[in-house]
Amino acid sequence: MSSELTRLELRAEAGVVANIPQQSVEAPPTRPASPYDFSRKYWVFAVPAVVAILAVIVFPWLFTLYMSTQDWKIGGGSAFIGWSNYAILFQDERFLEAVGRTFWFTALAVILPVILGVAAAVVFHREFPLRGILRTVFTMPMMATPVAVALVWTMMFHPQLGVLNYLLSLVGIPPQAWVYDPSTVIPTLVMIEVWQWTPLVMLIVLGGLASLPREPYESAIIDGANAWHLFRHITLPLVWPYVMIAVMLRTIDALKVFDNIFVITQGGPGTASETMNIFLYLQAFQFYKLGYASALVVVFFIIIVLLSLLLLYARQRSKWNA
Amino acid sequence: MSQHNIARPSRRRLMQAGAAALALGAPAFVRKANAQSQFDWKRFAGQKIDVVLAKSPRADIYQRYEKEFSELTGIEVSSEQIPEQQQRQKVMIEFTSGSPSFDVVNLALHVQKRIAAKGKWMEDLRPYLSDASITAPDYDFADFGKAGLDYATQSDGRLDTIPIFVDYWMIYYNKELFAQKGLEYPKSLDELKTAAKTLTEPSKGIYGFVSRGLKNANIPVWTSWLLGEGLETIDASGKLLTHTPEAIWAAEYYRDLNKNYAPPGTIGFNWNECQTSFMQGRAAMWLDGIGFTAPVEDPKVSRVVGKVGYGVTPPGPKAHHSATFADGLGISAASKKKQAAWLYIQWATNKVNQLRFLKEGGGAPARNSVYADRETVTASKFGPQWFDCILESAKIGRPGLPVIIPVQEFRDVFGVALTNTLTGADPATELRKATEAFRPVLAASEKA
Repeated sequence: MSSELTRLELRAEAGVVANIPQQSVEAPPTRPASPYDFSRKYWVFAVPAVVAILAVIVFPWLFTLYMSTQDWKIGGGSAFIGWSNYAILFQDERFLEAVGRTFWFTALAVILPVILGVAAAVVFHREFPLRGILRTVFTMPMMATPVAVALVWTMMFHPQLGVLNYLLSLVGIPPQAWVYDPSTVIPTLVMIEVWQWTPLVMLIVLGGLASLPREPYESAIIDGANAWHLFRHITLPLVWPYVMIAVMLRTIDALKVFDNIFVITQGGPGTASETMNIFLYLQAFQFYKLGYASALVVVFFIIIVLLSLLLLYARQRSKWNA
Repeated sequence: MSQHNIARPSRRRLMQAGAAALALGAPAFVRKANAQSQFDWKRFAGQKIDVVLAKSPRADIYQRYEKEFSELTGIEVSSEQIPEQQQRQKVMIEFTSGSPSFDVVNLALHVQKRIAAKGKWMEDLRPYLSDASITAPDYDFADFGKAGLDYATQSDGRLDTIPIFVDYWMIYYNKELFAQKGLEYPKSLDELKTAAKTLTEPSKGIYGFVSRGLKNANIPVWTSWLLGEGLETIDASGKLLTHTPEAIWAAEYYRDLNKNYAPPGTIGFNWNECQTSFMQGRAAMWLDGIGFTAPVEDPKVSRVVGKVGYGVTPPGPKAHHSATFADGLGISAASKKKQAAWLYIQWATNKVNQLRFLKEGGGAPARNSVYADRETVTASKFGPQWFDCILESAKIGRPGLPVIIPVQEFRDVFGVALTNTLTGADPATELRKATEAFRPVLAASEKA
């Protein structure tokens, strides 16, 4: 009796049972040999998820693959042409240039915000007056609506009347053409990305910094390490997994960028800022070449999958216990 | 006199009063035997039609006064405005699907004219116009200007839409800057180039000329000059004229103006950047559609209010034309309420609504009579020169874009070629490459 009482008390304490009937305590339900039950009566529960996945992921995918083998133009019918769309794609100079441009844009739009974001996180990790307010101000660009932001930037870039050239003139720098010159358009668009997304990197890394243990720092200081040593040999390695998360998110976002570029330059001047997304939009929604655009989507998807695998591998390597 | 009549009514007066009393007692009779016409606007009362418009001040006007139509006809209207690009996509996809959801649709004729004909999208409106039972006697179809009607009429004579609005390309010029240099408005394209040169003073931040450099948007600038050679980009038989000596000349002219006498960065300018430069007094001339006037004369955003001249595009070496664009309203061939839809189109394109375009900043209407409305002309803040510019341009209007199916690809391919000339590429080479790239696209579009 006493042993039973203890068992009941223990279970009640653990919050498992409150008023449990006596007999169930004495005869606990027998557990199945396997944690999973594959008997047919449970299949029905999986049906909604399976249907949803088939409808919104699998079917569109198969259909895109199918379309990519067709010479399919809205308003013009379709015909099977096998791999021709892919063959044309890899000979299309504009496509190949767009791929290179996308990588160039993505590299800049990942590296710069990550470096600046880590630096900002280290700064905001310290205690100083007005830190809370400044941190809020710093994260504001991230919350702005992309299209509205893009329109405001467009006005600021105007070579004759934009505020940016006015500011430059105050410090004696000649006016710049910003997005209105093929050679400066990509760096300028990257500048907007940096302004908008550095705060995101900062928030992620700041979260990482807050979780770091204090002991390594204390012992390093006793061993005579200076601030740079602490950052280089303790902070950075410990916070690296978080940086890798930021890199992954930034890479995915930078590859996807469409709104800013489309609103500000529409891929111009000429084709100087035409990334894969803009090229894809043109083919599908301006020229209505659905077959060709589908082939492009497939290629774009493969590129993204390969990049993601690479990043996942890098992230795995960066874990503390790896 | 009238007091005398009231005091001692004559026999005729009494009879009139009697008739009036009879009329008051029979409102249904009056409505049918309306003093204006015998036309029965109410015959499709109770029906509901769907209207798809492209976002514009004109669509705003239609929606604002929609109730007026419903009261007149008893037809319920469900209308929506969609931004231009998306509206074209929606219309394209819905027509291709075979069962569009709308009865009345706004078409951008400079982009959709050929595809509408080839896809047999629209109802031919000629039988409707000639049927007195469904066309109001006071509709006055003869009032529509030639430029708009040419656009709305297909090559086989079908009338797919009624034009509502025509945009003429012309030159906005800053009279103050012209006066400072003692210049008159140019009478030829040669004079225009000389004037642009004289007016350009980079040290003051003032440039002689501004126009679109952004690919795609820049095509009408080039075709404006090409029309001065008497050529469009494609001839009547569908042959590309984009690599002719005339086309190359026009591209060189385009390059010279945009490179030497335009503000830095015009390579990426669309109409809005050009407009900003002009409104701030930083560009002496601006070639674009006359539909962009409203902000130019708005003191809240413009510094050149009252100083703006409206000039017809000057004649070129061989011809004198104004590049023209137009929108029209038509009935979907698949609509089940075509007659109710036709009543809507008659209402939307009547003189009252066309006049509203002028009064409320909706661009240049397609009817001629509205420009003769002196009250509107004198009350308008745009001034008489603006109206003259439209009337003169209307006489010499020609399409600013080719009437083909792949208009967007045309704009893209040749737009890039033109932009490339601004960064040093040779116009002849660029046009040859673009023509070679585009020829198969055009051929395929007519085959399918």
